[in-house]
Amino acid sequence: MKSNEKRSDAKRVKGAPLVEIKGLKIEGFSDDKWHPIIKGLDLTLKRGEVVGLIGESGAGKSTLGLAAMGYTKPGCRISAGTVNFDGKELTTASQEELRKLWGSRISYVAQSASASFNPAHKLMEQVVESACNHGVMDRAAAEADAKDLFKRLQLPNPDTIGGRFPHQVSGGQLQRAMTAMAMSCRPDLIIFDEPTTALDVTTQVEVLAAMRRIVEEFDTAAIYITHDLAVVAQMAHRIMVLRYGNLVEEAETRAMLKQPTQDYTKTLWAVRKLQKEESKGDDVVISVNNVDGSYSGLVKVLDNVTVRIPRGKTVAVVGESGSGKSTLARAITGLLPPSRGRISFNGKDLPAKLADRDRDTLRRIQMIYQSADTALNPRQTVRDIIGRPTEFYLGLKGAAKDRRVVELLEAIELDESFIDRYPGEMSGGQKQRISIARALAAEPEVIICDEVTSALDQIVQEEILKLLMRLQEQTKVTYLFITHDIATVRAISDEIVVMHKGKVVQQGLKSEVLNPPYPAYTELLLSSVPQMDPDWLTNLLKKRAAA
Amino acid sequence: MTTEHVDIRAIRSRRTFGQNAWRLLKSAPFTAKFGMAVIAFYIFCAIFAPVITPYGEAEIAGKAYQLSSWDHWFGTDQIGRDTLSRVIYGARNTIGIAFLTVCISFAIGGVLGIYASVTRGVLDQILSRIVDVLMSIPVLIFALMLLTMFGKSIWSLIFILAVLDSTRVFRLARNTALSVAVQDFVEAARLRGEKLPWIVLREIVPNILPPLIAEFGLRFCFVFLTISALSFLGVGIQPPTADWGSMVAESKTLITFGRPQPLIPAAAIALLTVAVNFVVDWFLHKTSGLRDEK
Repeated sequence: MKSNEKRSDAKRVKGAPLVEIKGLKIEGFSDDKWHPIIKGLDLTLKRGEVVGLIGESGAGKSTLGLAAMGYTKPGCRISAGTVNFDGKELTTASQEELRKLWGSRISYVAQSASASFNPAHKLMEQVVESACNHGVMDRAAAEADAKDLFKRLQLPNPDTIGGRFPHQVSGGQLQRAMTAMAMSCRPDLIIFDEPTTALDVTTQVEVLAAMRRIVEEFDTAAIYITHDLAVVAQMAHRIMVLRYGNLVEEAETRAMLKQPTQDYTKTLWAVRKLQKEESKGDDVVISVNNVDGSYSGLVKVLDNVTVRIPRGKTVAVVGESGSGKSTLARAITGLLPPSRGRISFNGKDLPAKLADRDRDTLRRIQMIYQSADTALNPRQTVRDIIGRPTEFYLGLKGAAKDRRVVELLEAIELDESFIDRYPGEMSGGQKQRISIARALAAEPEVIICDEVTSALDQIVQEEILKLLMRLQEQTKVTYLFITHDIATVRAISDEIVVMHKGKVVQQGLKSEVLNPPYPAYTELLLSSVPQMDPDWLTNLLKKRAAA
Repeated sequence: MTTEHVDIRAIRSRRTFGQNAWRLLKSAPFTAKFGMAVIAFYIFCAIFAPVITPYGEAEIAGKAYQLSSWDHWFGTDQIGRDTLSRVIYGARNTIGIAFLTVCISFAIGGVLGIYASVTRGVLDQILSRIVDVLMSIPVLIFALMLLTMFGKSIWSLIFILAVLDSTRVFRLARNTALSVAVQDFVEAARLRGEKLPWIVLREIVPNILPPLIAEFGLRFCFVFLTISALSFLGVGIQPPTADWGSMVAESKTLITFGRPQPLIPAAAIALLTVAVNFVVDWFLHKTSGLRDEK
């Protein structure tokens, strides 16, 4: 292609310096003050090099990534430092100059492809838009090129998929289409901002492989932002660990994985090592027998599901999104009465509908949600949130209720000063602890945990999981733990239920499910979980290609 | 215990609700303070009208069409009533009627809107479609028609405007409540076995209160402008009751003689509208996002 030839001149040599950020400081404005977000960072990136930025939320990864484009989010400003892109200073560049670079020489792949595509336009129009607008190629050439990219990204039906609307393709396909959009001008630099975080592991593998291949093929430099170490290990040549806007550690990927030098980096590594001894339980507290479930009778979301939950144990339900694992929880809680089959609790049939269950039955089965932000009423204090179940189920009032609330706060390792706080005055991990305390307050026999750690940073995740395990030891409560994260399952479960497309693929002890022989789907799921080995993806692809 | 813990307790117990309110008021911008002062002044006039007015509401206090004087600060009207006294009584009538109307419209629209959002289903559909139909007809023309049908009494004025206005309240209440009702904490309350009144009053209403309060202020302005407009057209508040809209109507020809009489009640209308808007603006700004300091 002509434009490619033009671009591949002597300057575009692999290894030549491309981005140089020096002493960068960024501030954000809130509560009438400027707060530092990035506190003086340096970053150099050569052509064809991929650098991974990792850290917990609030570490400044995305802010740094965007700054490499010369962009700051509204309400933020670059207060010091320089950002040099291929000889051009971006901090002082005019909007017009930046507009010429963005899309054509620097592009951006966002976390949520579904939120980034315009639902009113077909994929092709959006993919070729920047190439056409920047005058890199004409429309026909751009479309031919986009089809070529679709093929390289291994999208199904590359010749016709561009004619679809964003809602007509899956999340993983959309993410790849977005990568194609980012590649359409053959940029020198791509910023990947958590591009696979919202995807299922099985899809993630395909997207990662496609992105890595295309970045290598065109010698594109990339900044890969993520909080998942195993993912960044596959993608990046070099890793930078950020925390509170400072650089903690920077090293080549292999060196970093083998020997992290800083304590903070070591704790990030250690999270993945949490593990509980499994134990078998025969006393079944909830049994789900041949249950079918559907929304408005149209789509069967649960198909002949049979699950046994032993008392005092943790049963993890794993599967991709759409596998029916959350629907199973809704059937047990009575929010979605099953269309067929029975659910029994302590040997007696549970009334299918929520309205038919008595208060004591409701008390015994509690639920914790994924997002504590929406699960806690922002207009109630902790006293009301935790106190209500004790009042409602156990009849505690006044001082007795307050005493119980303080006891519960102590049980979740928060001190009594939290009693008057609103959810908005707590961190994500603290809010999730309050959700746990609310469930505990009812003194339940079973707690259903629906993706309770998915929205949290790894270190906070570990703390919450440890807390849940300790509470189980103390109160002998049973957990039904719904998650898509195999690392979490490995950490806390006794038994595992694997679900796929509304069916139970396998149920058994952790050691049985996680070790061969596997049913085909379990094997696919388990092998798709990224490992901390930088060669994992390469080896996996080789193995799958051979099979 | 950490020092942080001690601090929080101390700060919290030191401030009462009144102190918090005072801190909030002190931090308000000038426009909001001005608005609140004006509203307070109007309310004062409305409540103490009989005490502070020099003459009675319908009392003929002098000759017709007098200019400003020490006896009649704003002059007299076409039959010799004191304009100042009537403007003050007008505050009482116009504001009182508008306030009552908005309260009724919120009682109808708010309750039905929240109920529709929580129960969904057929009732929600029926109510929403009725509201769509009512909203498609311009309020002023519809009100004129209904007032001619049902007679020009103050009560029919209040009820007609309240019902017409409740459609807008219904929409706002339904939509805001709907966005809250789908949140997990409402589902959690349902799973706990809470009854409908608790779910509505304790889980939903506190979260939709700020936009509703702001809407209350804005609807008050609209209702009060509509009443003034209807009075100006002769179907609103009837003489001899003093009302700003009808006062403008009665004295409107004087403007051609260069007399300021019609401008005085008009200015009273304008000032109150601006003041309420200032306060509502500040309130909305303050409550958008849930950043309460307590």
